[in-house]
Amino acid sequence: MNELNPSGWRPSTGEIGTVDVPPTFTGNRALQLEEPLIFEIGSVDQCGVDLPDADDEVLPGLPLRAAPVDLPGLSEPEAVRHYTRLSRQNYAIDLGLFPLGSCTMKHNPRLNEKVARLPGFADVHPLQPQQTVQGALKAMNELAHWLITLTGMHGVAMTPKAGAHGELCGLLCIRAALEARGDLREVILVPESAHGTNPATAAFAGFRVENIPATAEGRVDLAALTARLGPDVAGVMITNPNTCGLFECDMKAISDAVHVAGGYVYCDGANFNAIVGRVRPGDLGVDAMHINLHKTFSTPHGGGGPGSGPVVLSEALAPFGPLPFSARQADGSVRLVEEENAAEEGHSQAFGRMCAFHGQMGMYTRALAYILSHGADGLRQVSGDAVLNANYVLRSLDDVLDAPFGAAGPCMHEALFSDDGFAEGFSTLDLAKGLIDEGFHPMTVYFPLVVHGAMLVEPTETESKAALDQFIGAMRSLAQRAKAGDPALKSAPHMAPRRRLDETLAARKPKLVWREA
Amino acid sequence: MPRYFTQDHEWIDVDGTAATVGITDYAQGQLGDITFVELPAAGADLGKGDSVCVVDSVKAASDVYSPVSGAVTDLNEALAEQPELVNSAAESDGWLWKMTLADAGELDALMDEAAYQTYVAGL
Repeated sequence: MNELNPSGWRPSTGEIGTVDVPPTFTGNRALQLEEPLIFEIGSVDQCGVDLPDADDEVLPGLPLRAAPVDLPGLSEPEAVRHYTRLSRQNYAIDLGLFPLGSCTMKHNPRLNEKVARLPGFADVHPLQPQQTVQGALKAMNELAHWLITLTGMHGVAMTPKAGAHGELCGLLCIRAALEARGDLREVILVPESAHGTNPATAAFAGFRVENIPATAEGRVDLAALTARLGPDVAGVMITNPNTCGLFECDMKAISDAVHVAGGYVYCDGANFNAIVGRVRPGDLGVDAMHINLHKTFSTPHGGGGPGSGPVVLSEALAPFGPLPFSARQADGSVRLVEEENAAEEGHSQAFGRMCAFHGQMGMYTRALAYILSHGADGLRQVSGDAVLNANYVLRSLDDVLDAPFGAAGPCMHEALFSDDGFAEGFSTLDLAKGLIDEGFHPMTVYFPLVVHGAMLVEPTETESKAALDQFIGAMRSLAQRAKAGDPALKSAPHMAPRRRLDETLAARKPKLVWREA
Repeated sequence: MPRYFTQDHEWIDVDGTAATVGITDYAQGQLGDITFVELPAAGADLGKGDSVCVVDSVKAASDVYSPVSGAVTDLNEALAEQPELVNSAAESDGWLWKMTLADAGELDALMDEAAYQTYVAGL
């Protein structure tokens, strides 16, 4: 046992660091395998599968390729081993704690996967007759109902494919609402601590972005925001809880002030995980908020295709939400509302559509499985445990790491630290690289920008106390090494497949295509 | 040639009605290794406080604001190949753009070197 490692856990690493180990013949480090690029192992002369000769009559009149494409040919075991070896050099939520702040890297329950693979969900086609996919449509409609209920909102646009796509959908609703009343406002206010996607979305939607400063406590400056409101302000975009891991206590006052001034309130729902089941954004005066199903509702990050970022809408914005959407009929069936039947459903003001079809079915089914397996009380416990875990990390580290807003009280779902107090020449980057040697994915670094040398840790509710203690032990050890100026930390990682990479050179002179040397 | 500073960490050298603008050594130190500088368009009309160009570093992408009003007359083309000049010589060879000075009165609102150093010390 050791005070830095209270659980006493130790990997069996033997005597690392006490003897100089010569490089191996293969370049491998035990089961950590070097892997060349696929172009370097495959040969264009061979092919792993038997393909029939091309038949000109199969593609009559099409411009056929005159020269071979020179794809590397590998046998099936070679191809399988190549990608399996690469996957072993990666880190994943299935391997360990993934403390990326603001990303909500929670466990993806296997029950979700089982449900998503049911043929009635997995093997349907968007152009199938609707009477043959009533189960799938009812599942979509039930998820929509849950999202509306959990957020206290009036409607939901299910089709956006990701968080930022949802932001765009919300702002297009705001634009449509303004156009409908002939009031072409052009400014969107965004706090300094906003997610980077917020100003980007507002600019993409044709608005002009203006920053609102933060208070010393890391929250939106209500007085500064109120002072800026006026007839040119279309709305504000606020993340709540915000990227400093703090609840915006003035949210209702902000919403009221924005509404009085004729604007709309967009809430970035990326951090809904911290408040689900406890706070309904609709009660805080929010007009539109996207929900990242891969964060709060445990669908995989980058899970085999587009994600899903439904947008819940207030009574003021719901009439402008995009097509198509599912609507339950008097006979209990569900139908898709499209251009031709929108008027029948009282939805003739839709601003348009966000994508060709009705959204990402695979994510809907996983999110619904998560919601139904937790139930309303379970979801309430999700946010409680997420906040408890983050505060456990915050209070277990705030004596060895600077916590900029630690004195202000409890944090929400993520704990924010800085590199203030590290030895001269040591920074957040060094601690993050040291975490790789300890077997963890680094936390979010240098974000939010309002804190110098920021380290944002989001443990999520799915980590056990033992897992948190192990992480905390590693962090305490690294913090003390950074404060003592341990030169070995400056060159970490030492035990990863690659040592510290020159990120500056990679950014200044990126190599974006492979060429034969 | 008098040099002035802004609270957003730009410096401006003034020579009659011509001026040269860059970011301060303090600013480059805060940003870390600069990886890319997106310069303004030659001839662009700038208002005081306008967001003119973007400096990317390994940590962040930051806007650079025009300290005064005027028109862009010249750009530091060397930064396209050597953005690291902003790190190594922020207040000399790492200058960003040259511009005309539309209203010399705007300089009165800026800080001199001593005032800027005091301002930075308080951050």
